[in-house]
Amino acid sequence: MRFVDEFRDADKAHALAAKIAELCEPGRQYKLMEVCGGHTHTIYKHGLEDYLPEAITLVHGPGCPVCVIPMGRVDDAMHLAAQPDVIMTSFGDMMRVPGSSGSFFDAKAAGTDIRMVYSPLDSLKIARKNPDKRVVFMAIGFETTAPSTAMTVLRAAAQGLDNFSIFCNHVTIIPAIKAILDSPDLRLDGFIGPGHVSTVIGCRPYEFIAADYSKPVVVAGFEPLDILQSVYMLMLQLAQGRSEVENQYARVVPWDGNVVALQAIGEVMELRPYFEWRGLGFISHSALRMRPEYSAFDAELLFSVPGVRVADPKACQCGEVLKGVLKPWECKVFGTACTPETPIGTCMVSPEGACAAYYNYGRLSRQRVKEVTRS
Amino acid sequence: MTTGHLDQPATMDSGAGEATSAPWVREALHDHDHDDHGARASEAGAGSRDDAGAAGSRRRLPLADRERQVLDRIDRARNRRPKIKEERITMSHGAGGKATQTLIEAVFLEAFRNPLLEPLEDAARLHVNGSRVALTTDSYVVSPLFFPGGNIGDLAVNGTVNDLSVSGAVPLYLSAGFILEEGFPVADLNRIVASMAAAAAAAGVQVVTGDTKVVEKGKADGCYINTAGVGIIEREPTLGVANARPGDAVLVSGPIGDHGVTIMLARGELEIEADVVSDTAPLNGLVAGLLAAAPGVRALRDATRGGVATILNEIARAAGVCVVVREDDIPVRAEVRGASELLGIDPMYVACEGRMVVVVDGDQAGAALEAMRAHPLGEQASVIGHIAEDPQGIVLLKTAFGGTRIVDLLVGDPLPRIC
Amino acid sequence: MCLGIPGEVIEFLPDQPDLARVDVSGVRRVINIGLLSDDPPAPGEWVLIHVGFALSKIDEDEAAAALEFLEGIGQAYEEELAALQESRIE
Repeated sequence: MRFVDEFRDADKAHALAAKIAELCEPGRQYKLMEVCGGHTHTIYKHGLEDYLPEAITLVHGPGCPVCVIPMGRVDDAMHLAAQPDVIMTSFGDMMRVPGSSGSFFDAKAAGTDIRMVYSPLDSLKIARKNPDKRVVFMAIGFETTAPSTAMTVLRAAAQGLDNFSIFCNHVTIIPAIKAILDSPDLRLDGFIGPGHVSTVIGCRPYEFIAADYSKPVVVAGFEPLDILQSVYMLMLQLAQGRSEVENQYARVVPWDGNVVALQAIGEVMELRPYFEWRGLGFISHSALRMRPEYSAFDAELLFSVPGVRVADPKACQCGEVLKGVLKPWECKVFGTACTPETPIGTCMVSPEGACAAYYNYGRLSRQRVKEVTRS
Repeated sequence: MTTGHLDQPATMDSGAGEATSAPWVREALHDHDHDDHGARASEAGAGSRDDAGAAGSRRRLPLADRERQVLDRIDRARNRRPKIKEERITMSHGAGGKATQTLIEAVFLEAFRNPLLEPLEDAARLHVNGSRVALTTDSYVVSPLFFPGGNIGDLAVNGTVNDLSVSGAVPLYLSAGFILEEGFPVADLNRIVASMAAAAAAAGVQVVTGDTKVVEKGKADGCYINTAGVGIIEREPTLGVANARPGDAVLVSGPIGDHGVTIMLARGELEIEADVVSDTAPLNGLVAGLLAAAPGVRALRDATRGGVATILNEIARAAGVCVVVREDDIPVRAEVRGASELLGIDPMYVACEGRMVVVVDGDQAGAALEAMRAHPLGEQASVIGHIAEDPQGIVLLKTAFGGTRIVDLLVGDPLPRIC
Repeated sequence: MCLGIPGEVIEFLPDQPDLARVDVSGVRRVINIGLLSDDPPAPGEWVLIHVGFALSKIDEDEAAAALEFLEGIGQAYEEELAALQESRIE
């Protein structure tokens, strides 16, 4: 596959790994955060941590938009789906996320009409085919996905659809990164920037990280070599005492982002004053909702949602895992009470979450990994 | 400038009150508190022994040891007696992964438990008046009924033949029970049955008994088929996943994921077009050739729901070994790969209907491979890995990239109703 | 969720200016290219696809540059390895 296979070449990986190792200062430990869930997934899927020297730890940040949705909001969505004339449409990732009393999957089993879609546009088709029903699309994702939801709403408006709405749970990445940076127990040396969010917002929004917090940022692609190259670029910055924003994913990410996409978001959505992020608490101006002009497509206005907060239990240590203070396996409930089947907190809830990725892919001691790699 | 992170709203959205907590979360915590008291006491004890004068805190142990302890604790949790937590059946229970396994062990095995059932292989091996007979059963609920490469009828015959073949039996007789939905076109039924007759002839088996039921419109989604199959076992010793041992080679008979992707695309919901067809085929000829050339075959499994990844996990668990496979060596068609990348699924978990996984004595891997490649259904057969001693019960994948990761059992259900 | 995959634009749909058919490793799907209305892709160009929308065009020059960098690293690595081995033989 073009633009994929070339970036999965093992020999080049070894070369990069050697260069990365050279850049490590003896005796120093490095913690680099990859913000995006897609990066977490690639790292584990391809066993990338095996390539990095032990001095470098990758910390898996809050960039999983499914994971950060509080259980209370999932309950709200389930409530919407349970309305007798509603067809709920949702991405696959959302189907297994549990609220207080089960997930979309479980609700489907009990007879609720919930359908998995690949694209929000598929919901419009369903709406047209079912004029006596009301289709609600569970809109989730960062700025990567918000433009697609916005375009879908615009298309619905253009087609005069009156039985389609969205339950908007889009979140924005910068406030989350800022929350991490501002936390008192922060121990990060640099950031692997989210590749696909940046195709929309560009690279400028990260400049404050380099300027105000003196941490280097490299916007990275999603193939294994992209991530390794980005680590190399970060280590080079650190070795040279620079803190800048660099774009490793230039083949896809334009420095100024996608203006049309940003306009689409701006046309249809606006920032909420605050939003609760699982594991991180309330963050201001970190999520989107429909503008009043598009209230006809806003499920939260068309229906009433319970809006009850459901807290994560005290045993949940996701906040610390998200900030790089704890590794997944250091959380007291990891793998026992908290597993992919019974995910107690955000980090286990979706396969892209740090704990889920570690549990599913990395649940091996480094010792054993070395033995297997040698064999 | 607001710091954002510490902002608490004066009033919350929608005027909600106190935060509550989810009942299933409390239950999960409670379940494990109980177990962990013993484990934590010993962990703490070990710590204090190692550290003269220390307060016995776990954190004093070196990193690798602490990680080891956590992984052991997790393994203990995973190996506990399976319990069904859900009150209702979900699609996960039919996906062939963890939930299916738990359901089988906690409900069916619990109720029916006997030595013949316990191996939970693709067919049961029975002694009937001095002859060894294999018996298998399957139900087919695939949607859509007709897809590129076949239909529910082909699946039914081939699937049953394959379950018998991989158990080391020569397939002989099938039963076919039909559950038909009111309103189902007879023309479609004729097509299905014609396919079954052709598939049976091709496989050298006969459909000797059957049953027909009709249910009201809205049930049975057109047509469901249930089969049972009987074959005679001439071969000694018995094939079984528990026989795998360190040093064995692991092979697969051809490219994986074709059937599952075909079905997914045939549903039309994803609006993806590709030239993929189902790989449904009877494997008895391939198996016969293989067993003749390589008597050291320990186990055969056909990779259906849950895909190759599920089979590898079954081997690892049943035999208490580690299965190590290399991503580079696993054959996948370009279109299957493309569709999987587009949808974010892993071909290793996607169902096949005419592919098998072979575990064979390492010394005979070459002979096994040659024998399979000589048969039309095994042209792209490949050695994909080997069996190692530990970590027990785990499947490891050496990625194309040279890294290593675990391949666990599927949680959830990316592709409902594949077969 | 950040799942974006490169695909080649095959053709536009005649009566729908916002839609194009793309090919991903032999698999074809119609996607919406409305987000690239500033600079629409032409058949033969590659785009990044995410949930049925093209988010960005893939810049072939940048891709080539990235690969060149990687080749360079690889090359230097190969040369070093070779040098290491030669010195051992002596």
